[in-house]
Amino acid sequence: MKKLLIVDDSNIIRSKIARCLGKYGLEIAGMASNGQEALTQFKATRCDLVTMDLTMPHMDGIECIRALREIDAHVRILVVSALADKATAILALKEGAQGFLCKPFTESDLTEAIGELTSDDDND
Amino acid sequence: MSLHQTTTMTEAELRIFIGIVQHYFEQQTGCPAEMGTPFLGDPNVLPVFDFTGVIGISGNRRGCVYFTAPSEMLRQILVHGGESDVSRENLADLAGEISNTISGNARRAFGHEFMISVPIVVTGREQSISLPESVKAYVMPFRWREQDAALVVSVV
Repeated sequence: MKKLLIVDDSNIIRSKIARCLGKYGLEIAGMASNGQEALTQFKATRCDLVTMDLTMPHMDGIECIRALREIDAHVRILVVSALADKATAILALKEGAQGFLCKPFTESDLTEAIGELTSDDDND
Repeated sequence: MSLHQTTTMTEAELRIFIGIVQHYFEQQTGCPAEMGTPFLGDPNVLPVFDFTGVIGISGNRRGCVYFTAPSEMLRQILVHGGESDVSRENLADLAGEISNTISGNARRAFGHEFMISVPIVVTGREQSISLPESVKAYVMPFRWREQDAALVVSVV
């Protein structure tokens, strides 16, 4: 079972993602409300997947993606953010995210995005 | 850019925010928001409901965007989304998240230099939101399941 770290400063978004992807078959290994917490939890759990908000206090999502990439070159990162402009999506992908899901999202949007993120693994 | 400049929101820009609110409620609840007629708000008498999520705007535009709604509306949105915890903390969290989503989605039209802050949530109808009098505040009232709420955009 793949392990997931959920990073978002909103408790209800963390809860929504956990409910949805728990049903999808992922193990929710950790939740963090900012980039700094995410790095601490990632080092402890070594998750396979991360959902990453961008606008967060203390350390934002882009900075956290950069830091995660230095720790683990293989972790799959799905950005889940309200920032809907193309430049932000391109920047997030350039920094090392593999997918970008814009808020607001439905459960099917989320499972589809996670499915695309893990499809390469499934084909291995 | 100074807040005293007269640059203000255009009708087309206001429609962007209206469209985002409509999309949010339609997608998240399946029940569309009924948008009222936007009006220029009196800076001293702006609408405030039980929970208000405020986003500061900087970059190519300056000012703030806030979403304000009654508890019952927020509670119903949470329940519809499958959230069983409808504590005041989660109602406040939702108000902040909606304001963040609306402002963040606006970057699709305003570009990445439309910088948004993390939300600040103000609780209580007795509170007032103080905005600079030099900046026009446009109030976009709406109803959802027979409850009134509003989005206020005060950006130059």
